[in-house]
Amino acid sequence: MDRKTTMKAAAEIRKLCIEELAAAGYGHIGGSMSICDILAVLYTDILDTDPKDPRRPDRDYLILSKGHCGPALYATLAYKGYFDVEELKTLNRGGTSLPSHCDRLKTPGIDLSTGSLGQGLSLGVGVAMGKKIQGVGGRVFVIVGDGELQEGQNWEAVQFIAHNSISNLVIIVDNNKRQLDGYTKDICRTFDYKAKFESFGIHAFEANGHDVCDIYDKLTAAAGTCPAAVIMNTEKGHGCSFSEIPGFNHYMVISREMADQAIAEVDRRLEASL
Amino acid sequence: MSRLTDGIALDTKEMRAAYCEALIREARNNGRIIVVDADVSHSVGTEPFYKEFPGRSINCGIMEAHAVGMSAGMSETGLIPFFHAFGVFATRRAFDQIFLSCAYQKLNVKIVGADPGVTAATNGGTHMPFEDIGLMRLIPNSVIIEPADAAMYGAAVSYMVNNYGVHYLRTSRRKTMRIYPDGAEFVIGKANKLADGGDVCIIASGIMVYEALKAADMLADKGIYARVLDMHTIKPLDTAAVEAAARECGAIVTAENHNVTGGLGAAVCEALAETLPVPVERVGVKESFGEVGGQDYLQKRFGLTAEEIVKAAEKCISRKKIQESKK
Repeated sequence: MDRKTTMKAAAEIRKLCIEELAAAGYGHIGGSMSICDILAVLYTDILDTDPKDPRRPDRDYLILSKGHCGPALYATLAYKGYFDVEELKTLNRGGTSLPSHCDRLKTPGIDLSTGSLGQGLSLGVGVAMGKKIQGVGGRVFVIVGDGELQEGQNWEAVQFIAHNSISNLVIIVDNNKRQLDGYTKDICRTFDYKAKFESFGIHAFEANGHDVCDIYDKLTAAAGTCPAAVIMNTEKGHGCSFSEIPGFNHYMVISREMADQAIAEVDRRLEASL
Repeated sequence: MSRLTDGIALDTKEMRAAYCEALIREARNNGRIIVVDADVSHSVGTEPFYKEFPGRSINCGIMEAHAVGMSAGMSETGLIPFFHAFGVFATRRAFDQIFLSCAYQKLNVKIVGADPGVTAATNGGTHMPFEDIGLMRLIPNSVIIEPADAAMYGAAVSYMVNNYGVHYLRTSRRKTMRIYPDGAEFVIGKANKLADGGDVCIIASGIMVYEALKAADMLADKGIYARVLDMHTIKPLDTAAVEAAARECGAIVTAENHNVTGGLGAAVCEALAETLPVPVERVGVKESFGEVGGQDYLQKRFGLTAEEIVKAAEKCISRKKIQESKK
């Protein structure tokens, strides 16, 4: 990987996502911002996918189980050329191909539909099993939220993954420490996710979810030691000035002015860090 | 006088054995068929499939939500998963997964729910699905099949393999009364007419088909001639057969091993209300949860008997006569 290239990709994705949400006037900014760097690494350096052939059977799959953060994934897919960036401005409009929650039937590059939290990991296991049974190549990456891991179905899936030594699937936890109603530590403490996954029989890694090199290193290590999970330590709302706040940022009304300021700040920070 | 129930006896083969044989027959010619279980391969009888196709059999353990979601993911890659659990857990427990992970994203998953209604018998109320059909009917484009006996599994499984979508097979696992001869023909979505009277039409599914035939015999003794339809496909409903019954018989009794709300009776009433309303009486479970007991006890307890169908038919015919006298 090239650090600068991936950081630039992350900045572009962040800016497109802010533009997209501003065009709608509102949206799931917090959880979208926390995964922009992870998506940038996945789509720049990890995933074997082809925007011109998004359904290629032996592709790598990316399932965004925290489906409400579709806007970040749509920005990524537009950035990669799956569809025109202008389409991002149609988010949530009637008849759009970009609904608030990921829909595989509507958006090129969306592998599976998500939105009812807790279901993406099982879908990913099914794809991984389907590939194995049919001798089809490609891996599966599933992004789950830390709050989302409160849903019991995840732990059914984790038990299955461990018992069956699923070797072509990586669990990615967006550990942004917050959920809709507040901080996970106040609503339902997560304790130590690394220790939890390890106790279930999963190789667990931790990464700084906003450091593209660390993300890359841990995802690469995880993909080589499946069954594996990478706990990405992230900040909800990260990288967007108006959403980097301790208060409610799950879902925000976004004005043109807020978007312009935030986008300028993304550019400024990128320049400073390159 | 010949009786509709002449020659009908308890099958020598268990329903689950007939089901698994049908699935194995299909799987020998179709490498995409996968069996998924939630720790019930012994109970629902899929063990022979595991022996013949070990690489295409997955016992998840007791995790229905995951098993359904995983099945959806497998179908995305082109496989045809058949997911098995007791009916209550196959549908009610995993409903959101069936709805969103499977149906909403137009995937190809077959749900097989064992022990319909009172056939759950001594497993009791926790295991007794009276609502599974209602739940599955609410899913857009779902298909719901409930065989009356073992003869239908070949047609049912073949349909499920060869037609894309979310299908629910509501299946007894034990021996049941054998209505049909070997080789009987079934068309999914087309009711089988088992008797052709013109006074009242009894529309039944599953174990209630036999009760309907017994009821028709009892009615014939009173000079009342009943049509009997085996509505093995509850969705899509054979509305042409229902409409014809309304037109030609003028009175309809439905009989189901399920809550009358949301089930076959509801489906028939909905179809008639929009086409040709005639008096309907619904025999089935009414505002009750299941409970423990032998199947015979439970059929009487919940009114799932030929005697109840006869009473319903007589009431329905009297309503028809009142309606006709007002014209």
